[in-house]
Amino acid sequence: MSTAAAPNYELLQQDGLETSLLEVSMGPHHPSTHGVFRMDVKLDGETVVDLRPVFGYLHRNHEKLAENMTYLSSMPFTDRLDYFNSMSNNWAYALAAEKLIEVEVPERAEYLRVIMAELTRLVNHVSLVGFFLNDLGALGTPLMYAFREREKILDLFEQASGARMMCNYFRFGGLRNDVPEGWLERAGEVVDRFPSFLDEYEQLLCENEIILSRTQGVGNLPRELAISAGVTGPMLRASGVAYDLRKVDQYGIYDRFKFRVPHTDGDTGDCYDRFMIRMLEMRESIEILKQALAGIPKGEIMGNAPRVFKPKPAEAYGRIEGPKGELGFYLIADGTPKPYRYRVRPPSLINLTVLRDMCLGGKIADTVIILGSIDIVLGEVDR
Amino acid sequence: MSILGGGIFKGMKVTLWNFVLSYFRRDRLTTNDYSWRPDGDLPQGIGDYPKEEGEQLSDTTTVTNYSRNFPMLLHDGGEPMDTVRCVACQICERECPPQCIYIEKDYDENGKYIKRPAIFDIDVSVCMSCQICVEVCPFDAIVMNSQFELSTPDRFGGLLVRRDDLLKSNDYYHQIHPEEAAARDQKMAAEKAAKEAKKKAAAEKAKAAAEKKAAEAAKGDAE
Amino acid sequence: MSELSHEPLLQQFPDAEWDEAAGAVIAPLGQARTVAEWLLGQGVDYCSNVTGVDYLEHEVKEKITNDAGEVETVTHTEPGRIDVVYHLYSMQNKTGPLVLKQRTGRDNAEAESLTPVWRSCDLQEREVFDLFGVNFKGHPDQRRILMWDEFEGHPMRRDYTEPFDYEWEPTPHNEILEKHQKGKVIV
Repeated sequence: MSTAAAPNYELLQQDGLETSLLEVSMGPHHPSTHGVFRMDVKLDGETVVDLRPVFGYLHRNHEKLAENMTYLSSMPFTDRLDYFNSMSNNWAYALAAEKLIEVEVPERAEYLRVIMAELTRLVNHVSLVGFFLNDLGALGTPLMYAFREREKILDLFEQASGARMMCNYFRFGGLRNDVPEGWLERAGEVVDRFPSFLDEYEQLLCENEIILSRTQGVGNLPRELAISAGVTGPMLRASGVAYDLRKVDQYGIYDRFKFRVPHTDGDTGDCYDRFMIRMLEMRESIEILKQALAGIPKGEIMGNAPRVFKPKPAEAYGRIEGPKGELGFYLIADGTPKPYRYRVRPPSLINLTVLRDMCLGGKIADTVIILGSIDIVLGEVDR
Repeated sequence: MSILGGGIFKGMKVTLWNFVLSYFRRDRLTTNDYSWRPDGDLPQGIGDYPKEEGEQLSDTTTVTNYSRNFPMLLHDGGEPMDTVRCVACQICERECPPQCIYIEKDYDENGKYIKRPAIFDIDVSVCMSCQICVEVCPFDAIVMNSQFELSTPDRFGGLLVRRDDLLKSNDYYHQIHPEEAAARDQKMAAEKAAKEAKKKAAAEKAKAAAEKKAAEAAKGDAE
Repeated sequence: MSELSHEPLLQQFPDAEWDEAAGAVIAPLGQARTVAEWLLGQGVDYCSNVTGVDYLEHEVKEKITNDAGEVETVTHTEPGRIDVVYHLYSMQNKTGPLVLKQRTGRDNAEAESLTPVWRSCDLQEREVFDLFGVNFKGHPDQRRILMWDEFEGHPMRRDYTEPFDYEWEPTPHNEILEKHQKGKVIV
């Protein structure tokens, strides 16, 4: 179970030689831990014997804050959960709240929602690949290339909503405002240039011997453990399960788009699989974007949601396929303008359940790579 | 047959190609100077940004006419407090998620409430630029500014922006956010026209009812 | 996505209740682990979300018609309770959700840990322990997860008051100071 120590663990005993375990705190201030995240690692030489993740350094008790604020006022705070993908977080919350009140979202708003969500997925995957390679030691070059593309998409977000990262763009029943003129053409240009960037990126990275030897065979996650541990998102698909909420739940208008769900063939997944799945998912996102940009109708962008949002007592669980996994919002309404219980199901936290299992027995350098491939953002882990 | 190190060599080819091309095509640069934007995208030439009294701007502004930063109060020209649109209804204060707005109503000598704010403070160290105050304002009095150079060495109160610093004219709003300002003006004009039309229709109806009553009274007298 | 029906569960475990308003199955006392293992056997292999909900003691008014035919309002006090809510899905059949709840009182809150059945409950039950104070029997590693280990109190409970250990600076809204003056924070 989760408290078993690493196999083949025997301290070296010899005359005159005193051996003990080294306990290292890969502490909150660490350049490779993707935020304020701490791991207490017990080492025998370089082999990891025990690993305990410690988090809570960024805990802002977002769930309690939301109990004292109206439904709309929590929307800016959802931006700050997983601060790389603010548009996806907004959509998950809007989806959950729209289940409490019967409101129909207009067509154009649905198309724009899909466009924003897929652009967010591109932003997230490209940044993640950049950071992952940064952890591997490619200090800066792939990261900067990735950020160059990300800047173009953030420009698009700024033109649509006013802010680059904390967009606060979605509302219950639609979107806050329509995109300005020429936005769709600009988005089309960005999407058209992305595949050639991805080709170049793959040429840069995917045959690199250092990456191959450092990520293949590292961080094996068997399929049964992945399903039981509630791992979702690209990590799950890298372990062989073709479970994508866009195909299973078909929320929004995802049933109108043709796209594939990349997943591996076998029973386990390692870091290289997760890295490649994300590269493939970026290509599928571009397909969806092309279809959405071609088919978007004109029309309104806001449905008839009541001005004062007072749902009747009910419960709702709305979930989306965020770039990191299944992001779910559980809302309990009690007839007042404020929610009674507001819960965020954070994919990054649940994916961390298997960190210890994957890292035991490996080297400490591999721990950094495995953590990078899980793709955590501390804003979401700690809320 | 693949050489050991062949993949690394291929990757380095990409980097070298990128380096060479970056001298000729600006969109290959990875630095943050938005060099791929054609010059027409920024409001004016960089450094040429319209300045109002008391405003600072640096030469490397990357603000577009869509970005938002902190709120500002609008007035319609002339002496700010004469034409300020805000009536101190305190709706934005209630709806603000981090509660960064503090408003006090203004009263005249007799204690009657006049429709302007006496105190309107926004704590920009708390404000998260979420734009909800703009959405809920019924009078189009508060909108988002894009000025971001507000840093100050004063820790206790330097980041509390007071009413007089928040007041900006509608012309300034047109300069920084032309599309949004034009849409807002159009909406306000349409609302005003609708209100006038309704008032006129009500006045005509009242006049017609009064005339009918007078005619019946006259008829009643004649009989 | 097709629904995961709760009917077979109610047939197998007649003690379980079905809460219509919330759309949830309330597990019978002490049998939550058995229910979970049976569900795992049925193909419900993915536990998506585990959370707690705190209900304080409150009065409930109900309008009933008494024997004389009049409508009168009856109040009764509903005792406080904490619910541990599980959202369950089946990945193999792509169905769901099924909502399972465990009920426990607010003093000495205890529940059965479903971590041996679904591994994803591990960290989330630790969070419910940390923020609500529910003791999970059978959890392999129960300790605080988001707050630091020496913290006292359970922040997500409805009657939690914050300790007065802020270094507050004057802001337009001196909420913490006012609360302290009214005696609503513990010093």
